Amino acid sequence: MAESTTRKADLLPADVRGEIDHWLGRFPDDQRQSAVLGALRSVQHHDPQHYLSTEMMDAVADYIGMSEIAVYEVASFYSMYNLEPVGKHEISVCTNISCMLRGSDEIVDHLEKKLDIKLGESTTDGAIFLKKEEECLAACCGAPMMQVDHVYHEHLTIEKVDQIVDQLRGSHD
Amino acid sequence: MSDDLVTIEIDGKPVEAKPGTMLIEVAEAAGVTIPRFCYHKKLSVAANCRMCMVEVEKAPKPLPACATPVNDGMKVHTSSKTAVDAQKGTMEFLLINHPLDCPICDQGGECELQDVAMGYGEGVSRYNEGKRVVMDKNIGPLVATEMTRCIHCTRCVRFGEEIAGMRELGATGRGENMEIGTYIEKSMASEMSGNVIDLCPVGALTAKPSRFAARAWEMIEQPTVAPHDGVGSNLSVHTSNGELVRVVPNENEAINETWLSDRDRFSYEGVNASDRLTKPMIKRENGWRECSWETALNEVTDNLVKINGADISALISPTSTLEEMYLAQKYLRGLGSNSIDSRLRQVDFTDQDSMPLFPWLGCGVDDLEKLDAAVLIGSDARMDHPIIAHRLRKAWLAGGKVMAINPIAYKLNHDLHAMLTASPAQMVSGLALLATKLGAKLPGSLDYASSFKGDEAVVESMAETLKAAENSMLLLGQYAMNSQYASHLRGLLSQIEAHCNIKFGYLPDSGNTTGAWLAGCLPHRGPALSAVTDGKHVVDMLANSDKGYFLWNVEPEFDCADPQRALSALQGASFVVAATSFATDTMKSYANVLLPISAFSESSGTLVNTNGAWQSFNAVSNAQGEARPGWKVLRVLGNLAQQSGFDYTSSTQVRDELKGMCTELPAFSTAVTGEIKYALIEDEPQLQRVSSTNNYRSDAVVRRAAALQRTPEAEDSAVRMNSAELAKLGLNEASQLELRQGMHTASVEVVIDETVPAGCLYLPAATEASAQLGTAFGNIEVKAS
Repeated sequence: MAESTTRKADLLPADVRGEIDHWLGRFPDDQRQSAVLGALRSVQHHDPQHYLSTEMMDAVADYIGMSEIAVYEVASFYSMYNLEPVGKHEISVCTNISCMLRGSDEIVDHLEKKLDIKLGESTTDGAIFLKKEEECLAACCGAPMMQVDHVYHEHLTIEKVDQIVDQLRGSHD
Repeated sequence: MSDDLVTIEIDGKPVEAKPGTMLIEVAEAAGVTIPRFCYHKKLSVAANCRMCMVEVEKAPKPLPACATPVNDGMKVHTSSKTAVDAQKGTMEFLLINHPLDCPICDQGGECELQDVAMGYGEGVSRYNEGKRVVMDKNIGPLVATEMTRCIHCTRCVRFGEEIAGMRELGATGRGENMEIGTYIEKSMASEMSGNVIDLCPVGALTAKPSRFAARAWEMIEQPTVAPHDGVGSNLSVHTSNGELVRVVPNENEAINETWLSDRDRFSYEGVNASDRLTKPMIKRENGWRECSWETALNEVTDNLVKINGADISALISPTSTLEEMYLAQKYLRGLGSNSIDSRLRQVDFTDQDSMPLFPWLGCGVDDLEKLDAAVLIGSDARMDHPIIAHRLRKAWLAGGKVMAINPIAYKLNHDLHAMLTASPAQMVSGLALLATKLGAKLPGSLDYASSFKGDEAVVESMAETLKAAENSMLLLGQYAMNSQYASHLRGLLSQIEAHCNIKFGYLPDSGNTTGAWLAGCLPHRGPALSAVTDGKHVVDMLANSDKGYFLWNVEPEFDCADPQRALSALQGASFVVAATSFATDTMKSYANVLLPISAFSESSGTLVNTNGAWQSFNAVSNAQGEARPGWKVLRVLGNLAQQSGFDYTSSTQVRDELKGMCTELPAFSTAVTGEIKYALIEDEPQLQRVSSTNNYRSDAVVRRAAALQRTPEAEDSAVRMNSAELAKLGLNEASQLELRQGMHTASVEVVIDETVPAGCLYLPAATEASAQLGTAFGNIEVKAS
């Protein structure tokens, strides 16, 4: 039976709602849309596939009181939001000037070969997501560097990268 | 006033303007055109296309004229080297990604980008790299997209946000990858979505039904008036070799501004539907056959003249022209019949003798946007008449408070300050309570305030809001006018107007409802209020079979309040003549003669809008086959029946004859006056059916408009009930319900809608499902099917 009365926001889990409420509390009542960035981040973080599905974006729109397309605009504008499902662990290799001079291109090449994916793709086993292109993460003194699941790894070498990736793989299995 | 003005200089010419006005507007008024794409006078300023760059003295860089307010002493050069260099630079950038293949674009020949590129673009592009390509999404049957052509002016996006009140298009992605679209595949739901076609300065958004049908320079543009919602939106029909190609709005600040509803824009497609009647037809013992006009008209005359006039009933479509209406009633009254009606969906005529001159809006269409408070009573304003809803939305945007007493929560494009959903009887009680709270002293026959069972706080809030407002109005909609307690509602509003000084107005239910009242297409009034012997109203006409029926562009199964009752009355008649633009099997089941008459755009005529404005137009396209303008058919019928005064040579003569009779009419008013014997409203122990018309099925032409019929709105025929009501009936698991009224049944999909009041079932009228059933209001039974 078609239901015209269920709310799209019902999809949001309680802890995500809590986080969105936290963000909403930081802005005036007539500026609720300001919480959309935090809300989307929270949704993506809690999503098992670490991405923003259309249904979840619609849920955010309904919860905050924005039009759905306005949420799509925000989500598609910022590169930190994933609009397709991605792997469990997220690897972001910095390719900005300092890291580039210290050999980040080789790191990227190596990762792409090792994982058999290109930047922006996830491994077929869903373990690892190689984030598209990462801008400076403010760790130039440790270049070349990469961020894995919010943790910085500096002074990278091919061996060190292998070790980190193998560990991720191990923890996944 | 000149104290308030500043003087600026545009291209050496002094110009006076209000301070703060944008330069582009001032220049436009002074006859200086500045190229632009994103600027539109009805939309907010975005200043993102950068095409309107002009040189302002003392400013270090060229400034966008659309976002530069004028100041005293400002000196502006719109075509100096600095200005033109900036404009040409912008043009070159705009053309980097825009395809340079105008000959294969639908917009070619009427494209703002093409036009401006002729003036500011180079003959050859310096850009040799790859251009961006955007994959298109299907955004519904009305608007075609080719987003590779989009120049990101965002007019369509701002239209959705600011005018339609429904943000459906947006700019997703960023930089080079920014795209205008819906992001997901979805049909645009706005009832005004077609306006983005006019707003789009390039060929990104074009009209899907007329795409690639003709080139701009091959078409002839002629003005006419929209016949569907009584607002009388001004429009132009574009024809190619006499064939309708498309419809665009004509600007009229007092009515539709620069907008047009989708129904008014796309209904023209119905005119050339495959069941168009192109030759007169006559029923003989061995079936239907085509015949000459002479044979058909003689058959009509011979048969109608034989029948006693009092035994003839006439149903006239309220979308007919004023001339058709006037001549139809003149002809029928000449035959001795006063049973003439165009209020086909109405059922309550208790107060018809007390009605004002016509159901007047109570103010100008443009005055609605100045209201501080308005209550919609039984009105799906957004779908019924999108232009009026747009004006109310403007009032809301300006801080006005819009409220509603409706059978369900209709989807609106603005917030409601207070809303009540109520059954028909409770709607009367709610309004009576509101009247009491406003201080009106109600006569006993209208005092149902004490039987109100809903939330009194909502009514209290409405009363307080109305009392606090300086300029407020109560608006009676199509649903209310068609409901079984219409007279009570009119009576209550009249009491409120009399005692509380709050105006009320009628929202029109069809294209020429007003014209029908003026032309005397009514059983109790002749043209221009002239007295006649009362004939039967539409419900009585169909209660039993009359001997003869005269139908004028009516499909009773969709256009009448009680479809099955109407059909059985017609089938029992001895002679039925149907003047119609279309021929259906249903028609052939009851009619004896079918007369092919002109449809929208094929006849000259006049429509009177809800504010009483007479708008005349010429025929703008060729009638199909042997179809003839309605007024000419009636003229010949009058002559054949040897009635006097039918020697018109043009439709303007007909109009002027009526206009002459209308010179001494009373001022427009809305209240019902005099003694009215209101029916007693009883409890509603049984499940009540309530209905409002599905507006994309409102008349014969609209029902045949192919693209409109593919929209989700047109397909909506589902029955709506609240979950408690369904549970009470043990139907909460059912997906399909069998509805029964008397001996008539229909199986309809059910949608749970908690806004439907207890004890009610909401079913849209004028659908295929409702055509199988009985009256739009009243008892109904349901079971799982």
